[in-house]
Amino acid sequence: MSWPALLALAGGAYAFKVLGLVVFGGRELPIRLSRCIALLPAALLPALIAVQTLSTDDRWVIDARAVGVGAAILAAWRRAPFPVVIVVGAAVTAAVRALA
Amino acid sequence: MSKENEASPDPLTASIVLGLAVGVFGISFGVLAVASGLSVAQAVAMSLLVFTGASQFAAVGVIESGGSTGAALGSALLLAARNGAYGLALSPTLTGRLPFRLLASHLVIDESTAMSTAQVDLASRRRGFWAAGISVFVFWNLGTLVGALGGDAIGDPERFGLDAAFPAGFVALVVPHLESIDGRLAALMGTVIALVLVPVAPAGVPVLAAAAAVLIGLRNPPSSAGSSVATEVAT
Repeated sequence: MSWPALLALAGGAYAFKVLGLVVFGGRELPIRLSRCIALLPAALLPALIAVQTLSTDDRWVIDARAVGVGAAILAAWRRAPFPVVIVVGAAVTAAVRALA
Repeated sequence: MSKENEASPDPLTASIVLGLAVGVFGISFGVLAVASGLSVAQAVAMSLLVFTGASQFAAVGVIESGGSTGAALGSALLLAARNGAYGLALSPTLTGRLPFRLLASHLVIDESTAMSTAQVDLASRRRGFWAAGISVFVFWNLGTLVGALGGDAIGDPERFGLDAAFPAGFVALVVPHLESIDGRLAALMGTVIALVLVPVAPAGVPVLAAAAAVLIGLRNPPSSAGSSVATEVAT
């Protein structure tokens, strides 16, 4: 990858962030629109969890990750502290991989 | 209220834990970047300047598999687009002067958004954003440097289940969003949209398209029980 391409990528990636936070963000918005925007993490983060857990490239996959993240969900549901949830997710996934 | 506080992790500890996992992936990225033909300086510059892990992995992945620069940029930018949605959601938290917001913009990523929006009050949200953003930035760049210099001592992060550490961490950070009906509906719809699109859309699009689920917020009347997030934004 050439330097100009790398800098273009950096510029593009930064542009998305600035577009959201600075250009469109921080404006006075109708209450309903604000409510929608406040819901963005609630919509995107579970989607991200699902994609990171249940897919590889463009395929649905059920593997060790599903077991590990399932265990993490159980830990979070039982109100385990954050470091515990994350370690449970990784450890169970690693254990299932080691056994498989 | 105490229930919500319990659900929100302490940003500092949580950010360091998250940063450590990110650091290991930074090493993998550094190794992969150099293997794909980037110089050490380019690998390090990419992590410093692009600072979006998924996009960086996609870019060097395309290059390594012989794809064109255009294809690499396209895949990487599709994955970077969701940071725009995160920026929008973070804008009520990260108010201030323009230079401050331009600096904060660079740290708008999955981890900082999740850590910030999991908190209940404005001060904690700010602390969550900066703690996660700075921790991930430091560890990601350190990892990249180590990996690019050939320090692949740790090996495949998947052996330690670290690829599952991120969704697991996000699970913990999503809990506070699920306290309102609208949050639960947005989560459910977003998940369905993303999973349906996985086989048919390029990487990055499924999670981005999940944003359509926020239209649930247009419903009338608002659910008064769980509108703590929305009311904070409105004020």
